Amino acid sequence: MCEDKQENPIVLDVAEVVDEGKDLKTFRFDIELNASPGQFIMLWLPGVNLKPFSISYQDQKSFGVTVSGIGEFTNKLMKVKKGDKLGIQGPYGTSFSEKGKNVCLVGGGCGSAPMAFLAEELMKKGKNVSFIIGANTKQGLMFLNRFKGKKMKLIACTDDGSFGYKGFATQALEKELEKKKFDIVYTCGPEIMMAKVVEIAEKNKICCEVSMERYMKCGFGICGQCVVDPLGIRICKEGSVLDKQTVKKITEFNKYKRGPCGKKQKFSYC
Amino acid sequence: MLKTSICGVKLENPTVLASGIMGVSGASLVNVSKNGAGAVTTKSIGLEERKGHPGPIMITTKHYGMNAVGLSNQGIKLSMPEVVYAIKNSRSPVIASIFARKVSEFGVLSKEISKTNPALIEANISCPNVEAEFGKPFATDPDAARDVTKEVVKNTKIPVIVKLSPNVANIAKIAKIVQKAGASTINAINTAGPGLAIDIRTKLPILSNKTGGISGPAIKPIAVKAVYDIYDSVKIPIIGTGGVISGEDAVEMMMAGASAVGIGTGVYYRGIDVFKKVSDEIKVFMKKEGYSNLKELIGAAHNV
Repeated sequence: MCEDKQENPIVLDVAEVVDEGKDLKTFRFDIELNASPGQFIMLWLPGVNLKPFSISYQDQKSFGVTVSGIGEFTNKLMKVKKGDKLGIQGPYGTSFSEKGKNVCLVGGGCGSAPMAFLAEELMKKGKNVSFIIGANTKQGLMFLNRFKGKKMKLIACTDDGSFGYKGFATQALEKELEKKKFDIVYTCGPEIMMAKVVEIAEKNKICCEVSMERYMKCGFGICGQCVVDPLGIRICKEGSVLDKQTVKKITEFNKYKRGPCGKKQKFSYC
Repeated sequence: MLKTSICGVKLENPTVLASGIMGVSGASLVNVSKNGAGAVTTKSIGLEERKGHPGPIMITTKHYGMNAVGLSNQGIKLSMPEVVYAIKNSRSPVIASIFARKVSEFGVLSKEISKTNPALIEANISCPNVEAEFGKPFATDPDAARDVTKEVVKNTKIPVIVKLSPNVANIAKIAKIVQKAGASTINAINTAGPGLAIDIRTKLPILSNKTGGISGPAIKPIAVKAVYDIYDSVKIPIIGTGGVISGEDAVEMMMAGASAVGIGTGVYYRGIDVFKKVSDEIKVFMKKEGYSNLKELIGAAHNV
């Protein structure tokens, strides 16, 4: 029962660093990961720390994660160059079901990272994909070139109107729903946005899957740092992708999360 | 068939969630109890909040786990409502684990946590991962182990478990001292080593703390030996912890002298329902071998 069990960072040379916007970088590694969209890896910056990141890109022989430089750890990652050594562990967590024929993806900020991987997989499967990608401002919008001319509908929106539709991704979703019937909505982004997406999906009686984030230490379901109230389930193991029904039972969703010592931290807008 | 007890506290089965795993919040402990744990132990609670060590905090192979979480917790004040929630909602008894830097702090924690009325209090005097800050664990010094035990016991009416370290010359001797100081139960063992793993590409230790306590299958013989020796030297019950992954492991630990078995790293190897799996496997073994009561197993290896 312990055979083949191992969680240990594998140190790889960064194969490529792609600038995706202001303080937004994709780190690509040449290794076959066999991940499913929505899954994440633990990324080790040797001597510094280990943190979870969603997989934003995958092909036959490589994969990438897209990182936004917003804190101590990610700012250090912004300085990582091609050929530098980073450790990876995983892939971990649940993935999006990829069900439905007419699907809508809503990505907010860095939450667009796993949605981009999902969009490409769904396109390969011949689904009708609408991808709403939102950010505060133009510099925060990623992957616009990656999806240019692809057989899908890309709806870019910015809160400040500096690019695309002026308004929230959730407003763009409501507008799309007026025009079209979707089987399912997949979402990843700030919880305030995802909560609104869940509410809209509920109102329109459509399925919805959410990728949640919580403070993680081990990433593989043992430390218990990422458990959510009141279910006590681990976001790294029973998540990070959860269906709407489960998310509705998580009372801390869009209210608070626990930090590194386990203390509840309210979302700033609560 | 699987019922057992630890100094009067009744357990539906002998599996106990070990401290440090899945014990960050009350809801998490309740979830573990739903998954079949006979008792659940909180992550160790200290006086003040601690973030713990940066990552990586744990690595595993098929043979062992190695961790150095660094006693992260939200401090006694904020931990108390979590313990209360767990006690209110858990199907199984809740054990509150406490740790401190000084003997006197153990007393304060013992007094405070008793207000939540846990079934048992566990004094963690054997964490190997904070040595740089705290110095050698209390469990490695007979006098310190005695003093801490006395202090914890003095400040509560709740039975006290003392969790011992295997990283000593004679664990049975320490157990005896701790029993004399008023402990009601011994938990043996905490993680072994500590050990060190180096990433050969970066030449760096993998764990941010450099060293970490070793758990999992590799330490089972060390734990079984410790429990076997302690059983001969004390009269109080023992929780046998270390490398219990399967029902067979649990039976072995009980035959060495454990009244219940701690499971931590087993959550990794077999999932959160490891408690139910181990319980079912113990039952299968007992039926097959003609045992009808757990009492027939406890200490059985001493009577042959």
